[in-house]
Amino acid sequence: MLKKLDEIKAQAVEELAQISDKAELESLRVSKLGKKGVITSILKQMGSLSAEERPVVGQKANQIRGEIEALIKQKQADLQQAEQNLKLAAETVDVTIPGKQPEIGHTHPLSIVLDEVKDIFSGMGFDVVEGPEVEWDYYNFEALNIPEGHPARDTQDTFYITEKMLLRTQTSPVQIRTMEKRNPPLRVIAPGRVYRSDAVDATHSPLFHQIEGLVIDEGITMADLKGTLEAFAKRLYGEQTETRFRPHHFPFTEPSCEMDVSCFKCGGKGCSMCKGEGWIEILGGGMVHPKVLKNGGVDAEKYSGFAFGIGLERLVMFRFGIDDMRLLYENNMKFLEQF
Amino acid sequence: MILSKRWLNDYCKIDIDDKQFAEAITLTGSKVEGWEQEGAELKNIVLGKIAAIEKHPDSDHLWVCQVDIGAQEPVQIVTGAQNLKEGDYVPAALHKSVVAGGQKITKGKLRGVPSNGMLCSVAELGLTVNDFPSAIEDGIMVITDECELELGKDIREVLRFNDTKIEFEITSNRSDCMSVTGLAREAAATFGKKFEMPKPIVNKGHGDVNEHLKVTIHNPDLCYRYIGAVVENVRIKPSPLWLRERLRASGVRPINNIVDITNFVMLEMGQPMHAFDLRYLEGNEVNVRTAKAGESITTLDGEQRELTEKMLVIADAKKPVAVAGVMGGEYSGIMDDTTTIVFESACFNGYSVRSTAKALGMRTESSSRYEKELNPESCMLCIMRALELLQMLDAGDVVNGMIDVFPTPKPEVTLPLDADWINKFIGINLSEEEMAAILTKIGFEVKDGTLTAPYFRNDIEHQADVSEEIARFYGFEKIPNKKLAGVAEAKLTPEQQFEKLAESTMRAMGYSEISTFSFISPKAYDKILLPEDSALRESVVISNPLGEDTSVMRTTAIPSMLEVIARNYNFRTPCGKFYENATTYKSNGLEELPDESKMLTFGAYGEGNDFYTIKGAAEKLLAVLGIEGAEYIAYADSPTFHPGRTAKIAVDGKQIGIIGEVHPNVCKNYKIGAKTYIGYLESNALFALKNTDRLYSPLPKFPALTRDLSLVCEKTLEVAALEKAIKQGAGKMLEKVELFDIFEGAQVGIGKKSVAFSLTLRSPERTLTDAEADSAVQKALDALKNIGAQIRR
Repeated sequence: MLKKLDEIKAQAVEELAQISDKAELESLRVSKLGKKGVITSILKQMGSLSAEERPVVGQKANQIRGEIEALIKQKQADLQQAEQNLKLAAETVDVTIPGKQPEIGHTHPLSIVLDEVKDIFSGMGFDVVEGPEVEWDYYNFEALNIPEGHPARDTQDTFYITEKMLLRTQTSPVQIRTMEKRNPPLRVIAPGRVYRSDAVDATHSPLFHQIEGLVIDEGITMADLKGTLEAFAKRLYGEQTETRFRPHHFPFTEPSCEMDVSCFKCGGKGCSMCKGEGWIEILGGGMVHPKVLKNGGVDAEKYSGFAFGIGLERLVMFRFGIDDMRLLYENNMKFLEQF
Repeated sequence: MILSKRWLNDYCKIDIDDKQFAEAITLTGSKVEGWEQEGAELKNIVLGKIAAIEKHPDSDHLWVCQVDIGAQEPVQIVTGAQNLKEGDYVPAALHKSVVAGGQKITKGKLRGVPSNGMLCSVAELGLTVNDFPSAIEDGIMVITDECELELGKDIREVLRFNDTKIEFEITSNRSDCMSVTGLAREAAATFGKKFEMPKPIVNKGHGDVNEHLKVTIHNPDLCYRYIGAVVENVRIKPSPLWLRERLRASGVRPINNIVDITNFVMLEMGQPMHAFDLRYLEGNEVNVRTAKAGESITTLDGEQRELTEKMLVIADAKKPVAVAGVMGGEYSGIMDDTTTIVFESACFNGYSVRSTAKALGMRTESSSRYEKELNPESCMLCIMRALELLQMLDAGDVVNGMIDVFPTPKPEVTLPLDADWINKFIGINLSEEEMAAILTKIGFEVKDGTLTAPYFRNDIEHQADVSEEIARFYGFEKIPNKKLAGVAEAKLTPEQQFEKLAESTMRAMGYSEISTFSFISPKAYDKILLPEDSALRESVVISNPLGEDTSVMRTTAIPSMLEVIARNYNFRTPCGKFYENATTYKSNGLEELPDESKMLTFGAYGEGNDFYTIKGAAEKLLAVLGIEGAEYIAYADSPTFHPGRTAKIAVDGKQIGIIGEVHPNVCKNYKIGAKTYIGYLESNALFALKNTDRLYSPLPKFPALTRDLSLVCEKTLEVAALEKAIKQGAGKMLEKVELFDIFEGAQVGIGKKSVAFSLTLRSPERTLTDAEADSAVQKALDALKNIGAQIRR
């Protein structure tokens, strides 16, 4: 009988190997382990065995039953796995088909660069302030040491509303407005729109953006101006950036300068972007003229300061390689979606 | 300002290459924009001599020349020019040469006769007959012995057509640098060389100037000084080569000795000069006065110019003969038969010259110098220089004396040299002596701690101005770069934070940022169909606009948005969504600045957009900003919008914006062929209402019950009213009410609609029973019944 049990198991193993679906497996289970199955029929014949044989055969029968049960369970798991594999295989997608992109809005390139500039100066302790675009002649010119008849008025062709009211030609009037409103120490930048009577072409626009900067404190020197603006240039264009300060002239700063940065395309060797010079001019600045401090109500004996002005369009055009300023105001979706 | 390097070298020897020169002088404040070599494109053109010339055997107009170029064998060149003879010196472009304009010359045959190059005209060298008056326009240039005639030598060297033209950007404060001597002074200081201003010497002449001329200044505020000198027996002829070449390299055309002298002095000294033919000065008078009403003048360029009473002129006894500092009159100029001339060296008010030149639309070499404000001190030096040159050129006989009317001298500027102040201002540490040394080399006098600015510097009036002189010659690059000391706190203002949040929300919803002009055409108001009496038409008006399209400051950003949509529609972009936090300008009359306020303006067109998508964007934005209780009120009265698809947005009864479909007639005006939706919200109002403080509310502990309500009501009854009734009726157990269907059709009856809501009911304290939910729903139904909505059966 023991031998019979071994045979049952061997046969079960053989039959299991042939089974490929769940129904066959179930009938196999019934035929082996069911109430009318082979194991049960063995157990039923136990009555004919001697008292010594009975526990031995019983034990063996239970052991074989357990083994067959485990085998069936294993087979069941295998079948399930195979079934799932088939299903998954059928669900295969073409991963190279383009994804479904959520629609998002794009930031205008002027804002991208302006935000970056704001972040840099914010990190150096500069507040962001604003001033009106329709401005008094006084703030735009007179208080900035550009009296009636000054030649600098001609270089900035001005849109006038009345003799005294105009569209600001620069963000510099915010210097005076800030000095009137706040007491030193001061660190501010003032971005905004400015207007000059230039016809539209690839490099001119009657409306463009400047970012004014103003620092006033005790003991501010040209060295602070240089250090601050150099730090700005390095943060904007990378640590490897070199700066060069050239004397220049603005009526409201003295000494005045322009800052060039080493060409970000060629690194200063000379290329088409920097017109072979290796340098690209990015801003003008200088020590605030003591007359201007006085006009803003600041004690010029106690305080000194520096100011600067950055042309935003210029930065943006260099940054993105835009060769025509008109693109910035055309707002063609095919342009905007590139940013 | 174009500077001749050769001329510069007369005053300050420059022995480094052009690039180094340009860089160094740029760093001391005279910015070099670029430089170019005269005749740079010419290649392989040499001086030749016609050794033999004979008729071409097969042509009646060609000549075969044997050209001696200093080599063993002459070069045979065939030419069609008729002005050559044996012994003439000519420019010979040899085989493989390049002439002006880039044309390459190679050897070839002309009617069977070999020609090994080309003989050149002045134009083929890039020159004119003004540069070489002995040459003719239509023939080969015959070179005279004013040049060094060395055969075979590069023609540029022979003709001295090899100067370097350096272009400078001169800032408006430095009129003194609009001259060779001014830049030579800067160059000398930059490179540590010596510079001395020329001291002209005029030999004694004859007669007495007072017998020839009377000068009166009628407006001493506009003319600080006027010096007149008279020259008789003028001998008009071309100027010598050295003078012509200096003019040419400075971008000025040589004309004749007298005119060239005035231009030469202007370029050299920065002081414009003028020469009048005395024959045409009626009464032998010079009157410096403003023009009289109705006067006009024909200027040298042949244009008739109407003058105004603001314009300063030089007049004789009767009429204006020149526009002061701008341009001379047609008949007062120098002609071939001129015998007696008046040289003018005068100083006019810069603003006056500038306004006159601008009003007449003619900016000249002269006016561009006067407008930067010159100094009367230099007038005498310059007229002396002109007379010296005249005698040097033997161009006439000087009459003794000058008439010098000098009513308005400029005071000398003296300042203490405050080394401490300057060191502290610039952040350097120089001794007073070092500062004095710098100032002295650019013409300042420093004595006992006091400095006197040179007369030619108008821009020195404050210690800060002196500090700039010190800084630029000490070297900006040597000033240390210092980090700002002290701690400063910076943060965005609540307004700035709000704008950032609002704009990033718009982008997250798929709206792209645009940037449009703040000025528009007044016709834009017509295009958006604003009524004639609309307050929005009261724009701030630009008095001198570039054109109508940019002539008024916008009171609404809707036209700007429509322009952008129209442009994109036109570019065949099928749909798009845009926003701009656009500044608008509300006029407060001419005595007060306008109110500038921002309108968050958003627009969408094309597929996927309808009234409810743009409304959804507004709702979501308000939700992000924490603005609750916004009402959307149907608004049929705006001509810009569709009367049935537009809503005012109001919070607490106050209107904060509009959303709607753009009126088809407006779309037509903008040639937009797609349905277009625009909305705006007043930024200020949003900022005032926003509540971005968030408090966490506990997550629900008990399950919710939902009930769907299908209602029937009049078609005109707004969903907002139904929602309101449901909320009122259902009470505080109502967590959420959501619209999920609207249906109109025969089944619900004519003029009716069916509206379905899903109600979510929940209690924070316990699990609701069905009975409780049903009772709440019943109360909602009662409230609905009161406004005319029934449950749909």
